[in-house]
Amino acid sequence: MAAFSKKPVQRKYIAKIFVTLRPSVLDPAGVAVQSGIQQLGYNNVEQVRIGKYIELTITSTEEIKARQDLERICDQMLANPVIENYRFDLIEVETQTGVF
Amino acid sequence: MKFGVVVFPGSNCDRDVAYVTRELLGQRTRMVWHQETDISDLDVVIIPGGFSYGDYLRCGAIAQFSPVMQQVINHAKQGKFVLGICNGFQVLTEAGLLPGALTRNQDLHFICDRAPLKVERSDTPWTHSYTPSEIINLPIAHGEGRFYADESTLSAIEDHGQVVFRYAGENPNGSLNNIAGICNQQGNILGMMPHPERASDASLGCSDGLKLFQGLLWQILPK
Repeated sequence: MAAFSKKPVQRKYIAKIFVTLRPSVLDPAGVAVQSGIQQLGYNNVEQVRIGKYIELTITSTEEIKARQDLERICDQMLANPVIENYRFDLIEVETQTGVF
Repeated sequence: MKFGVVVFPGSNCDRDVAYVTRELLGQRTRMVWHQETDISDLDVVIIPGGFSYGDYLRCGAIAQFSPVMQQVINHAKQGKFVLGICNGFQVLTEAGLLPGALTRNQDLHFICDRAPLKVERSDTPWTHSYTPSEIINLPIAHGEGRFYADESTLSAIEDHGQVVFRYAGENPNGSLNNIAGICNQQGNILGMMPHPERASDASLGCSDGLKLFQGLLWQILPK
């Protein structure tokens, strides 16, 4: 009997990645923005830290695999672990059944 | 003796470096495009200053994954010489060949100036032509030159005597421990923010950088 093989389901996700400076790293740009906010009259803002926001789409058969890929992408390129931390949210946007 | 100068899209000090090694040192030099995968003919690799890949994401972040960098890592692992100047230093830290990172200058300005430097180590292959603790002047030109490493890494760098150059005057960028240039423990990889190639031809007003290149040459040339 010929095996009926179905292509694995490809799921598409949007990853919302936040890269922030580690707390021990000076952020002079954040300090400058903080003083600008104070100039605006908001003396209740105490600390400003500027980071990066990166959005990408990723396809994978399983969410856990997408997460593993993203961890590696962040560790190797999107964040420099010497000075930065990262976290990401993963949102499934579209599922392709693989049957066309 | 053969030098290779790595050229990334956005490198802009590559020809200055090649001028020094070709014209002033009289050594064979070739430009190495970032997509090359064979640099086994080279004795010394120099990663020049500039804005590789537009400094997108972080300085040196994308350059570290170019095909040539795997070759540079292999070259360095064989104990051969690698020099990273300015953006080249940033690339070497991003690639993990040197510890720490170069972050935004403390006052946020791009600094283009001359800086007095103390030669902390005059017993490396790079600096043995300088006298111990000699003060030299080299141009600096960077927006992200503040050396940073966490406490334990920084003390390891100091304990192993890896600081080769320190800012001797006012610290221009907030660099930790006034660090301007470091080497790996073995000493074959040097990264520095100041530009020795811009102070090698006396007609430019200062030639304090030439001794670095000459010293390396005397170290390697068959006696």
